This record gives sequence, C-alpha cells and structure tokens, in this order.
Amino acid sequence: MDGLPAVEFHNLVKQFGTVLASDHVNLSLAKGEIHALLGENGAGKSTVMCMLSGVYRPTSGEIRMNGTAVKIHSPKDAAKLGIGMVFQNFRLVQTLTAAENVVLGDSSPFWRTRRWMERKTREIEALALRVGLPFAAGRPVARLSVGEQQRVEIVKCLYRGNSVLILDEPTSVLTPAEADQLFATLRKLKSEGKTIILTTHKLKEVMAVADRISVMRKGQMLATLDRAQTSEREIARLMVGQDRSPPKTRVPREPGEPLLIMDKVTVVSDRGRHALDEVSLTLNTGEIVGIAGVAGNGQKELAEVLAGLHVWKSGTITFREFRWKGPSVRGSIKQGIAHVPEDRMISGLAGGLGSVDNLLVKSYHSDERANLGFLRTALNRLWSQGLVEQFDVRTAHLDAPVKQMSGGNQQKLLFAREIHQRPHLLIAVHPSQGLDVGATDAVHNLLLGLRAEGRSVLLISEDLDELLLLADRIVVLFAGRVMGEMTHERADREQLGMMMAGVT
Amino acid sequence: MELFTQLLTAAVASGTPLLFVTLGGIFIEKAGIIQLGAEGLMLMGAVTAAGVYLATSSLPVTLLAVLLVGGLLGLLHAFLTVTLRANQIVSGLALTLFGGGLSAYLGKAITGIPLSGAVPKFDFGVLGQVDLFTLSSLALVVVLQIAFFHTSFGLHLKAVGDNPATADVMGIRVQGMRYFAVIAGSMLMGLGGANLLMVFSPTWIEGMTTGRGWIAIALVIFARWNPLGALAACWFFGFLDTLGFRLQLAGSTVPPYFLKMLPYLLTIAVLILVGWRTQHRMSRAPQALGIPYIREQRF
Repeated sequence: MDGLPAVEFHNLVKQFGTVLASDHVNLSLAKGEIHALLGENGAGKSTVMCMLSGVYRPTSGEIRMNGTAVKIHSPKDAAKLGIGMVFQNFRLVQTLTAAENVVLGDSSPFWRTRRWMERKTREIEALALRVGLPFAAGRPVARLSVGEQQRVEIVKCLYRGNSVLILDEPTSVLTPAEADQLFATLRKLKSEGKTIILTTHKLKEVMAVADRISVMRKGQMLATLDRAQTSEREIARLMVGQDRSPPKTRVPREPGEPLLIMDKVTVVSDRGRHALDEVSLTLNTGEIVGIAGVAGNGQKELAEVLAGLHVWKSGTITFREFRWKGPSVRGSIKQGIAHVPEDRMISGLAGGLGSVDNLLVKSYHSDERANLGFLRTALNRLWSQGLVEQFDVRTAHLDAPVKQMSGGNQQKLLFAREIHQRPHLLIAVHPSQGLDVGATDAVHNLLLGLRAEGRSVLLISEDLDELLLLADRIVVLFAGRVMGEMTHERADREQLGMMMAGVT
Repeated sequence: MELFTQLLTAAVASGTPLLFVTLGGIFIEKAGIIQLGAEGLMLMGAVTAAGVYLATSSLPVTLLAVLLVGGLLGLLHAFLTVTLRANQIVSGLALTLFGGGLSAYLGKAITGIPLSGAVPKFDFGVLGQVDLFTLSSLALVVVLQIAFFHTSFGLHLKAVGDNPATADVMGIRVQGMRYFAVIAGSMLMGLGGANLLMVFSPTWIEGMTTGRGWIAIALVIFARWNPLGALAACWFFGFLDTLGFRLQLAGSTVPPYFLKMLPYLLTIAVLILVGWRTQHRMSRAPQALGIPYIREQRF
C-alpha cells in the first residue's frame, strides 16, 4: 500500500433537493486493498458508490485517481477510467449467453462467426476459472443461478481490464459457501493489485475480508478504521450512533398443537417445472419455522400457496384441522394467515398511496372499517394513527406516499397491517432484506413477540444468521424438495450451507 | 406438375410483399418498439410507387421515393415513441389510419390506371422468371439473418430490445439504435406496399392491402423474430392465399368468401398451435417490447 491512492474522494458533496446525501466526504482507496463501506440504509453509501461509477454527478468536490482529478459524468466515463460496478440488481441481458453479456458493448470485430464466439466463450471461461469464479459461459444468463450471474458480472469487469471494482451488497444473494468463494477471489484480485470497494450489512463478513473499513452515517464519513485495530462492536456503535439494543431474548418454549400440515404438496411453477416436489411440512402453534435455501428453490411458491396465491397440483394442506380445497386469498386471510411478501414495493404495498390506504387494503370490507360499503373515513384515520404509533412507523404524514418512506419504515407499516389482528400464522419472506441494523432488530422483535403469544411464523430467509437467531426449527429447501431439518439447538451453520447447496 | 409450379410461383408472388413487411416488423420489434402502422405504411408505399412511376417511368426514382416516404413515417413513429415516449400502440394505430386516409386522398387521380412492365424479371430456367423484388427479398433475408445473429450490431440490437438499461450501461446508444431500427424497418414496410402494387396487383385501388399489414404483424410472432422463419411463414401464407384463389378458379362449389377467409383462419389456427406448444417455454419476444426506456439518473 505505497504510492498514491488509487482513488481519492475530496470533499465530495451530493445534494438531492434539500437533502445532503453525501456531505463533504473524504475517502482514499489504496491500490490493492479491499475497502468496506458501512452504514445504515440512507447513510449515503450507495450515493458515494454511484458517484464513483458515474450514475450520479457530484454537486461539488472532486474525485482523483492516482493523484489526478478526473471527471466521471456517465458509466461510460467510469468504464474508460477502469472503474467497474457490480450492482445489486445485475445489469445482464437474460436472453443472451454469459459470454455474449461479457463482450456486450464491444463493436469490434463487427463480424462474429460461430468460431469467434466459441473462442471467446472458452477465453471467458478460462478467465473465470483463473480467478476462481467459474460458470458456463455458453449458457443463457436466465439459466444461471443468481450466484453464477454475479460471477458473470464480476468477470465482465475483469474482462474489461478494470482496476477498481465496486461491489454493492455482493453477498446478499449468495449461500455461505458461495460467499466464501467470492472472498477468496477478492483476496486474489487484491494481490494482483486491484482496488476493491464493497458495501455490506454483515459485520462478520467485513471482519473476514476487508483491510480497512469506513463508516458513514447521515451522509457523513465518520471514520476509516484498520480491521486489525477495531471490533465488530465498535463498528456497530459507529453505524447506529449508539450501542445496539440487544434483541429480545428467545425464551425456549414447548411447541403446541399442529397448526398447519402440508402433506406431499407438489406445485408446478409458472415455467412448468416442479417448484415444490412432494413437500411435507408441519407447523405447530407458537413456533417459528425457518425455511432456508438459495432463492429459486421453491420458497416463493411455498409462500404463495399458503397465502392462497398459487394452485397446487397434488397433496393436501390442512390448516387448523380444515382441509383446503383450492387456493383462495380471501380464504387464507379469513383463516388467519398473514403474509409479508418478499417484494414489499410490488406485492406488499402500493407505493403511490398513503399509510391509511395501505393499512386498509386487507380489511376495508370489514364492518369495523366500512358501513354498508362506505368507508368510515374519520374512524379509519384514527385507527391508522394508532397503528403507525404502535409500530413506530416514521412518516411525514399519514397520506404521504409510502414509496417515500425508508425501507425499514415501509416494512414496519407492512408488519402493522399484517399482524395487528393477531394472525394464527405469519408467512414472512426475507423480512429483513435491505433493512439496516435498527429496523432489522425491530422486525426480529416483532417476530419473537408473535411467538411469545403462541402465534406461528413461517420465516423464509436466505440469511442464516437470522434463521439461527429466531427459528425453532430450520427446514432446508433445495430444488423444491426438503433436504433436511434441524432444531434450533442442533443447528449447524456449515451443515445448513451444505444442504442449501444440495449436498446431503 | 405444371399446376404445382404455377401454384408455387403464385405463392411466392403473394408472399413476397408480406416478407418485406414482416422483415421490417422483425427489425423494429427486435429493438423493443411495436410498429402497428404496417398497414398504413404499405398503403403509403403503394400509392407513392404508383404516383411516382406513372409520373417518371423510372424504377430507381420510384424506389427511392418509396424508401423516403417509409423512412419519414418511420422517423415520425420513432420521434413519438422513442423521444416523446408516447404509447406505441396508439402511435402505430394512428399511423395506420393516417396512411389509409392520406393514400386514398393522394391516389384519387390515379385509381384504376394500370402499371405494366415496371419491374424487370430475370430468367432462372427451371425456376421460371423471378422479379427484382423477389430476388432482393431473398437477399434481404440472408443479410438480416447474418446481421442479427453474426455481428456485433445484432447483439447490440437484441440487448436494446431485451434490456435497454443494461445496454445503456454497456455503452450502447439505446435511442440511436431504436431510431435506426424503426426507420429502416418502416422503409421495408413501405417497400412491401410498393411490391404489392408493382408486381402483385399493378393498379392502385383505395385500401388495396386488405389487411396484409396486420397479417404481417402476426407473422412476425409466427416467425419467432427470425428472418428465415419469416421467409417460411410468408411463403406459407402466400401459398394459402393462392390456394383459395385457384380453387375458386377451378370452379369449386365452396363459397368464395369462405376461401378468402381461409388464410386468415389458418393464421389463427397456427398461432394457437404455436402458442400451445410453447406456452411453458421462455418467449422469444423481445423482453422490453413496447416499454419506453427512461435512463435512471438524478442530477
């Protein structure tokens, strides 16, 4: 780490309206280091990354590379300077092969014979293998797993000879084993002199891979720390601005009666595959059952079937000793099943509507909320006000569009709607995805609160830490089948990771 | 045997105008834009061809005029849908209605005047005589097949039609590619109309395309956005079209209206069949088809 820093931010300011998303940020990245950028949601991490990758233009301040000031006005400018970014939602054309995605944007050679494409495909596969991120380059991206798609993105940056790599939440889509492999690759790239900057919420990973750690809060750069001279606790305190309140303890308790019994349920996905293949699962009252697995292994369909959104082909579902005949959303709600879906801004909340309307969408037809089909407007406002306060949702105004709220507050609002009526079963899909530490704790406390009241939770998550913390039992799904089950006491991270990858 | 050859020749003659329009449609849709103005563009191409040829008797001038008219109308569609991000369906329908009305107005003076010998034919021995349009349509199929699947241009075009945001990040000029595709494709659609008028039924009559533009839009899907597929689809449709006509001539007792309906009915049947067989497969349709692209940027 000698010589001039590879990248230097000098008093970088980015203003959105009246908000300072980046407030005179100074940061320097050395050549050949892995630098982690930490902070809660809205702390300004992504703003800083986006200024480096040319998506945003700084209001003032400058970026220097190897000592000289550079202007980055577009992703193209960034690419020319050798800066590549791996976005959280990948920039890949699903219908093209991995190799075609890697060479996309190159105009020469103009003619592309089959031989040329085959040669490139092999070249790219060799490059991927060399850095330890192999994938089948001849396959359409749509047929690669999410982890493999991320590899394509990283190799795309390397193929272009980028010397600065920006990774936004790279491990949020990976299994533990895949994450370890990614870290190994990052270390290797570091030794080759690449500069790597990444964001993550997971402190454990930061301690494992980063050389230096910078913490941001409210648009300001608080500190840059050497990994060797800091601790998870210190970083967490910096991020939140105070000591973290420990989450409610999970009191051991005996599970009650069976609440939900799924017997050999098979579900055909929209693409015609067996998304769930003879899945049998029992959920007892007062129990949190975690479903672990990498995205796309049937979790989505499992949640949808129970929420009444998806048909099943065979098998039986019995809920509170009542055998289901077919899917019915209204039926599921009436029986006391609540659903916090994965994509909260798509199927959870209506972004353009205010808090009141969003809270009403599930109960607007009840006699409490409406009289002969007319909404009891004044009463509903009071009721909403109560819920918003009870669940600590911070919003400018009850009618402010919910898409303007932060992710954590959106999730709290969604939880308020789903659990205020004390459902028998809550299906929570990735409930803390994209939330900062504080909001994650709030969500975890809500889930533990339900359990303490004898309600049941089906917790679908890719975050093993979350499952190990909360779930009484963890069931692993792989390719639509139950790979195995572990109790809270016997749960073992490594073994779960193996099962998630389909190894028994 | 002779009847068969005659039938084939007629099928190709009927299918070639459709081929130009279908290829144009494929080009435009590959870039992610829907062009429902095919019918209007064909009519404008046909009336331009009739008017200019009757006035100048020059084939090159006529073809240039047709390309110019098609290109200008394409530019209009591109401006509306790419730059102003207007609804592509509405813009296309407007173009069809506009083209139908304007061509009827412009063609009043030349209605019913036949053009003859406008297009040179080449003798290919056993294959009989092949006209210039048919020859160039075949060349076009080859050129587009190579351009779409074996050049960097084709890869970029597909990226623009499937995922414009990614294409943009990768340094591809999304708006430019879309303009180019819409203008070039619209030119081909105009050319299809000129072909219909100059070879297939060489007299201008109001509304002479009788829905062929719409058929071509269906054939784009049937051909699965593939130029070779378009060739097969258009000739097949031309064959059905001809068959009905010949059966009528042969004194069949089947009502003529039924025979006229046959190709359209079969188109629906084929679409159902294709849709049925591929309902669980990933669609080949460009994934961003019909969606205007807005760059996510906040400055």
